[in-house]
Amino acid sequence: MNRRWRIGLTSIFIALVVAPLLLAGFVAPYPYAEQHREYPYAPPAAVRFVKARPFVEVGGRWCEVRLLPGNGRLFGVAAPCVIFLSGTDGNGRDVFSRLLYGGRISLMTGLLSAFLSLALGLAAGVVAGYFGGWPDWLLMRGGELVMALPWLYLLLATRALLPLHISAVEAFVWPAAIIGAVGWVRPARLIRGVVLSGKERGFVLAARGFGAGHAYLIRRHLLPLTGSVVVTQATVLIPLYMLAEMSLSFLGLGVEEPMPSWGNMLTEASHYHALILHRWLLAPGVAAIPVLLGFLLLADTLLDGRHD
Amino acid sequence: MKYLGWRLLHGVGLLALLSLLSFMLSQVASGDFYSQLRNDPRISPETVAALRAQAGIDRPFPIRYAAWIVAVSRGDFGYSLAYHRPVAPLLEERIGATLILTGAATLTTWLIAVPLGIWSAARRGKWGDRVSTVAVSLVLAVPDLVLAIALLVLSVQTGWLPAGGKISRGYAQMGSIQQLRDVAWHMVLPVTVLVAGSTPVLIRHTRASILEVMEAPFAMSARAQGIPRRRLLYRHLLPAALNPLISLLGLSLGSLLSASLLVEIVTGWPGLGPLFLEAVMERDFAVVLAVVMLSAAFLFIGNLVADLLLYRFDPRIRTVD
Repeated sequence: MNRRWRIGLTSIFIALVVAPLLLAGFVAPYPYAEQHREYPYAPPAAVRFVKARPFVEVGGRWCEVRLLPGNGRLFGVAAPCVIFLSGTDGNGRDVFSRLLYGGRISLMTGLLSAFLSLALGLAAGVVAGYFGGWPDWLLMRGGELVMALPWLYLLLATRALLPLHISAVEAFVWPAAIIGAVGWVRPARLIRGVVLSGKERGFVLAARGFGAGHAYLIRRHLLPLTGSVVVTQATVLIPLYMLAEMSLSFLGLGVEEPMPSWGNMLTEASHYHALILHRWLLAPGVAAIPVLLGFLLLADTLLDGRHD
Repeated sequence: MKYLGWRLLHGVGLLALLSLLSFMLSQVASGDFYSQLRNDPRISPETVAALRAQAGIDRPFPIRYAAWIVAVSRGDFGYSLAYHRPVAPLLEERIGATLILTGAATLTTWLIAVPLGIWSAARRGKWGDRVSTVAVSLVLAVPDLVLAIALLVLSVQTGWLPAGGKISRGYAQMGSIQQLRDVAWHMVLPVTVLVAGSTPVLIRHTRASILEVMEAPFAMSARAQGIPRRRLLYRHLLPAALNPLISLLGLSLGSLLSASLLVEIVTGWPGLGPLFLEAVMERDFAVVLAVVMLSAAFLFIGNLVADLLLYRFDPRIRTVD
C-alpha cells in the first residue's frame, strides 16, 4: 500500500472513532451528570433483537430501543425504562454517556496541549535557530533544564504549584496548559534544526541579499519549511498528551468531577470493589485504545515518510 | 577524560540550577504543609505560625536555600512534615522497592525486545515481521494504566496473582526463602505492565536501527563477498546498529527511579511513586524536592553512562574528538 493511501485510511479510521466523542451530545443517551439514584452500579444492559427491533432488559421488563426518540438524542427508551449500555457508576450515572463526554474532554485536552506545545516550540525553535547567539544559548539551556526531569514528575511538580481544588472550567484548562507548557522542548529542538539548515538554503540567502527583513524571511521562507515537522509532531504529541491527561486525572490532579474524563473515570475502576464486582467501569480505558491506536498509526505513517 | 570532566561539570551545574529553580517554585506555590490547619477552627493562627517557625519555613528564601544545600551535601534531605521523620531513610526504603521493580522490568524488556527486534529486521517484509509489527502497534496503544487495572481485575477474578501490594499478610512469620518468593510473586503483575509498556518501543528501535545499517554500502559489500547471513547479522550489522540502542539503554537506566510511578500507584507498590504523589498532595516540599533532585540526578547519570559506552563501543565518535 502506498503512503498516501495509508495516510488516508488512518485518517478515516481516526475520524470514525473520534466522531462519537465529538458528537457526544447527540450520541450519548443521557447528559454526563444525570444521576439515576435508584440504579447504582447497574450492570451493562442486555440487548436482544426481536424481529430486528432492539430491546433492553430493565428489572425484568423488556423495553424497545427507539432511534431518534425526539429528545435530541440518537437513541433512547421510553420514560420509565432506562438504558445503560455500559452500566452505571456509584451515583447511577450512565457509564456509556460519560465515556463519550469524557472522551471528548480527553481528546480536547490532547489537542489543546499539543497546540500549545507546538506554538511554544515553534516560537522558541525559530528564535533559537534564526537568531542564534545568546537567545539560542538561553533557550537550549532552559530546554535542558526541563528535560533534566522525568516527564511525569515534572507534570506532577508543576501541578503542585497550583491550588488543589479549582473550578470546573479551570480544571479543564489547567491540565491542558500544564501538559502543553511542559512539552515545548522536543518540538523546539526539531524546529531549531530545520530553521538552522533552512537559513543557509539558496533561496533564503537570495531573499536576504535582496534586502528582505527578519520578519519577512521567517514568515515567508522559514515557517513553511517547518510545516511537515509540525504536522508530524502533532500526531506524535496528541496521543502522548491524551495519555498524560489520563494519568493526571487518574491521580486526581487533572480534570475533576462531575466533569468526566477517561482518566478520572478510571479512578473508580481501580477501586477494590470495582475490580471484583463492577468491571464495566473499565470501559473508558478500553474506549481509549482505538483512539490512541489511530493517532499512533498516523504518526508512524508520517514518520516513515521521512526515509523515503 | 577531559570530555568526561566537562560533562560532569555541566551536569552538576544543571542540577544546581534545577534545585534553585524548584526551590523558588516551591516558594511561589500556593500554600504549604500547614495551610490545611488554618481551616480548622480549633487551631489558632498563632499556633500555625509557631509550627511554621518550628519547621523553619518562615525564614527568608536565600537562608533556607543555603541551609538546604549545606544539608544535602551532607546527605541530609531534610525532615518530612507528613511522615514526621527524616527524608533520607524514608527515601532509602522506597528507592529500594522501586529499583527491584524497575530493575527486573528493564532487564526483562531488553532480553525480550532486542532479540525480537533483530529477528523482525532479519525477516523484513515476511509474515513473521508483519505480525510482530502489527502486534507492536497494538500493544503500544494500550495505556499502562488500563493494562494495570485490567490485570488487577483478572488477578482478583481468578486468584492467580496477588491483587497489588508488595507482601502478603503474615510476611514477618515467613522464612527468608518464602519471603523472597512472596515478593517475587507480588512483582509479577507490575513488572508485566512495565515490560508491556516499554518492549514495543525498544523492538521498534532495534528493528529500525538494524534495517538502517542493512542498507549501508558496507553491508551490501559484505553480502556481495558472500559472508553468511548469520555472521553478517551478528558480527557486522549488530555492532554498527548499536549506537541508538546504547542511547536508549542510558535512557532506561536514567528512568529507573521514575518509570514505574503510575504502575506503583495503581498496584499499591510501596515505592517512590506513591510517596511522591502524597508529598505533592500534602505540600511536603522536603520530600518533593528530594525526589525531584534524585530522579534528575539519575537521568543525568543514565545519559552519562550511555555517552561513555558510546565512546567505548563506537569508533566513529572517538575520531571526532
